[in-house]
Amino acid sequence: MYSTTEIVKQSTAEGEMVINIGPQHPATHGVLHFVITLNGETIKKVEPHLGYIHRSIEKMCESLSYRQFVYVTSRMDYLSSHINNHACCLVTEQALQIELPARALVIRVLMDELTRLASHMLWWASMAMDIGALTPFFHAFREREMITDIFEDTCGTRLTMNYMVPGGVLMDLHPDFQKKVHAFINQFKTKLPEYDELVTDNIIFQNRTKGIGYLSRESAISYGCTGPVARASGVSCDVRKHFPYAIYDKLDFKEIIDTGCDSWARYKVRMQEMRQSLHIIEQLIDNIPEGDFQAKTKAVLKPPKGEFYSKVETARGELGVYIVSEGATTPYRIKFRSPGFSNLSALEHMAVGGKIGDFVAVMGSIDLVIPDIDR
Amino acid sequence: MFLIKYIKEVFGAVKSLAIGMRRTLSYFVRPKEIITQQYPDERPVIAERFRGEVVLMHDENNEHACTGCTACELACPNGTIKIVTKFDTTPEGKKKKALDTFVYRLEMCTMCNLCVEACPTSAIKMDTAYEHSVFDRNKLTKKLNNEGSKIRSGVE
Repeated sequence: MYSTTEIVKQSTAEGEMVINIGPQHPATHGVLHFVITLNGETIKKVEPHLGYIHRSIEKMCESLSYRQFVYVTSRMDYLSSHINNHACCLVTEQALQIELPARALVIRVLMDELTRLASHMLWWASMAMDIGALTPFFHAFREREMITDIFEDTCGTRLTMNYMVPGGVLMDLHPDFQKKVHAFINQFKTKLPEYDELVTDNIIFQNRTKGIGYLSRESAISYGCTGPVARASGVSCDVRKHFPYAIYDKLDFKEIIDTGCDSWARYKVRMQEMRQSLHIIEQLIDNIPEGDFQAKTKAVLKPPKGEFYSKVETARGELGVYIVSEGATTPYRIKFRSPGFSNLSALEHMAVGGKIGDFVAVMGSIDLVIPDIDR
Repeated sequence: MFLIKYIKEVFGAVKSLAIGMRRTLSYFVRPKEIITQQYPDERPVIAERFRGEVVLMHDENNEHACTGCTACELACPNGTIKIVTKFDTTPEGKKKKALDTFVYRLEMCTMCNLCVEACPTSAIKMDTAYEHSVFDRNKLTKKLNNEGSKIRSGVE
């Protein structure tokens, strides 16, 4: 952590000014602190200060068993908690070589895509709110509420799920699941054009986002950006396409790539991804196979000695889980490669040289979730 | 040419704003689509699987199915559950382990459902109660087994 004197010492140059954004600023979507050096209105330097919500999840996981540590990861990227849990279950299943029943795989993919939709909807709402439009927030939350209701019916929780367990899923689908998802699909299909009318076609929004936050293809790769941030810079990096897990290799969906490299391109990529997620859900919802929802596993999971890594595509990018096992009931070391941290590190590159007024529009387009960055 | 392009842009901008405003106004005249719930007066419908708190199920004879095996205590990731056991004397004169107090600390519980999954006799379940606010933190530490309750016969 920097002390105040250090910050002042760094900014003695003529005509420069230091301002702090956060840690309690509504546009940072959490407790993130930026120290921004300005020359007039032009950004000279951006320093993110992290650690306000560090809970040492990696260390906590080392004292929890392979069944227990899954639930903590819901608290990392809380907007895609199903997908975080999926990553942890995948690595345990890879270590123990558990074969999953077909029903469990389909349920997992359905839940993942519903989570991605809910997460992108919340991003869309908050991005518009950052730029100054409050109405879209309520529109997006109306549809997101339908998804959280679906989750509540089946999983029993609305945000921190702990629904995926090593070997399958915790409970079977609720009898109303298919009916409710169909209702959601119909509702969302009629409302997506409204989203476009309200925000995408809005000239103020377009002028605020076009041409700012430029991130070239090379920089996106060198900063390790993943997810929509990298795909808007023309990097093909969808884990679902390149390293398919669950049943993604059998599904028909497109990887959305845009070469605009700016905030507007990142916006467009996410809007298209919502349509692709909807397409995946439509393919699966009427074809859920019958059978078990959980494979038979031992009461105490003891993976063999070795190192295991698995990755999934969350709503923000690639989440990797790395486990070192000593053959005991708890992991010896666990490491999460979270997408938010790498995407945040590219923020300085995007913002420097731009205006302070555009900073929030750049930050909104990265879709930061602070607990995911700090862990 | 520049002027025509400029005027076209201005009209395009005005049109895009007008479309957005039309959408907003259309909701303004359709108050039926407003979805706000007036919470304390209007009670929300809670899903049957909603995880609100852990309860130990008792039947009408004040009997439960908990054997005091501490499987839930071991499964809990944050030390929410503490099982205090005692030794009962069976009619045959043998000593048998039984549940004395089922301590449940609601303030530490994350509703992860792992204890319910671990229970071999299905003695506990998740309840849908969701209004947990109290004035004193100590009230959140609960004793789940009723006064004078005992284990249902036949449950091992």
